[in-house]
Amino acid sequence: MIPTSYYLALSAVLFAIGVTGVLTRRNAIIVFMSVELMLNSANLTFVAFARQFMDLSGQVFVFFVMVVAAAEVAVGLALIVAIFRSKQSISLDELNQLKG
Amino acid sequence: MTQTDFIVLLPVLVLAGWALVLLLVDLFVPAGRKALTGWLALVGPAGAVLALTLWPNGGALTGFGGMLAADGFAVFLHLLFLGSAALIILLALTYLPRAGIERGEFYVLLLLTVSGMLLMAQAADLIVVFLALELLSIPLYILAGFARPRLSSEESAMKYFLLGAFASGFFVYGVALTYGAAGSTNLNAIVTAAQTGLVQGAAAAQALPVARSLLVAGAALILVGLGFKVAAVPFHMWTPDVYEGAPSVVTAFMSVGAKAGGFAALLRVFVTAFPGLAPQWASLLAILAALTMIVGNFAALRQGNIKRLLAYSSIAHAGYILMALPAAGSSFAAQSDYAVGSALFYLLAYALTTLGAWAVVMAVERQEGDGLALTDYAGLAARRPGLALAMALFMFSLTGLPPTAGFIAKFSLFRAAIDAGYLWLAIVGVLTSLVSAYYYLRVVVLMFMRPGAAQALARPTLDLAVGVTALATLLIGLLPGPLLDLAQRSVLTLTR
Repeated sequence: MIPTSYYLALSAVLFAIGVTGVLTRRNAIIVFMSVELMLNSANLTFVAFARQFMDLSGQVFVFFVMVVAAAEVAVGLALIVAIFRSKQSISLDELNQLKG
Repeated sequence: MTQTDFIVLLPVLVLAGWALVLLLVDLFVPAGRKALTGWLALVGPAGAVLALTLWPNGGALTGFGGMLAADGFAVFLHLLFLGSAALIILLALTYLPRAGIERGEFYVLLLLTVSGMLLMAQAADLIVVFLALELLSIPLYILAGFARPRLSSEESAMKYFLLGAFASGFFVYGVALTYGAAGSTNLNAIVTAAQTGLVQGAAAAQALPVARSLLVAGAALILVGLGFKVAAVPFHMWTPDVYEGAPSVVTAFMSVGAKAGGFAALLRVFVTAFPGLAPQWASLLAILAALTMIVGNFAALRQGNIKRLLAYSSIAHAGYILMALPAAGSSFAAQSDYAVGSALFYLLAYALTTLGAWAVVMAVERQEGDGLALTDYAGLAARRPGLALAMALFMFSLTGLPPTAGFIAKFSLFRAAIDAGYLWLAIVGVLTSLVSAYYYLRVVVLMFMRPGAAQALARPTLDLAVGVTALATLLIGLLPGPLLDLAQRSVLTLTR
């Protein structure tokens, strides 16, 4: 059996990749994918602990997180489409109307 | 679902259910008569208040296996959220047509986000906190972009969305680590796990030890996630941009509802689930509170746009409320309760004052994005003395001058901090309040002492909202006793 710590290390790495992606990438879709990576690393953590504890509730939480992530995707992609229609670009660097 | 479960969830059910009914009804309301949807939307908060009366008076219920709580803490916040929602609907009735964005979905989304806030105030399980956080946030992302295709509104929605989703990523990962440490996401089970040092939940039979470092890491990540929501420094970068770009009526609701929702979760999670870790987080939160007060107030000094000014002001006020958290980490129950009660009272005073100030901003705002500079307020007192007087009252209350609600709220919060041994934090609070007097009173000086051609809209619903909030701000300042007692008593059922 693979030890739980392996899964935890993998999820920590995934989370770190997600955070780095959000902070460094400038394409809205890629930033968005990085956020999803963060959520999925949390899912992996939930499932790994659920197996260690032999506890189903941890696996159920994953469904909640997935549902919420799907709802976020719907809203997020709609926003990206709306912005693309106005600007013909989804680069976050060009979202610079508001500053002060 | 037992009858208790049903009663505990009823306010949320009423509100969310009414939102869905409204979505259907709105189809049959002709364009241009969408005010009808707005008036109908008021039924939602009223119904939810009625549902609240089914809760036991002064006691506490739990539902869904301890995942939801119906206690005084939740009642107080429910009344705050529902009252703010009603005021926002009144304001939207005049604001939306003038901004050319009168669509019925506004009211539906508003009721949905309020139902998320209600759930947030009741959540006694980290997974419910997460669901409530998203139910609160997702409709708000849409509302921020409601003035589509105006680009600044879309940009505001995009920034709010990306940073909000980023923050919920931190939050979920924090919940996952906490689950790994404690074996459960229930707030009470987390306390038991921290006290006994044994993993709770289904794994309890195996007597696993709690990994304390995991618990600390989980709490820290949860703090980051909620810190974004309440706009605490250093997680505040999005606030001014998002507040400036979103339609004013949405910004008003964000600065009150989303912030109070974030604090509801912060207070409940950190006071009920992580009291054992207080030595670790109390000093960290004290530093965050001090930074938030300093950065918010000093950045507000340079603003020439009223929406950005109020955005930085809302960051500064998040700092004052954060002061309650280290004080709530005190090991003396009385001090901890007093701090949480003061935070609740502060949220109420802040909500009333801020909503009033935003109502005046909406009266002065002419076209979309026009009439928002501070100089547009010059000479307002000559044209609209009543409105200018109300705005002056709100500015005094935000500064914390007597005899307004803001003074009492700051006073009791500073006292809570001093009692718990955070004298330096209270001193930072007083000094930054002095700094804030400069930019708040500048608005008053412009209105009363500078000549100018300020114009303001006069509409019955707008005047009603300004009148109600101004009267409440003044009355609570003069007679704070009953509400202060209510806030303090509402905490008693929380931490036991």
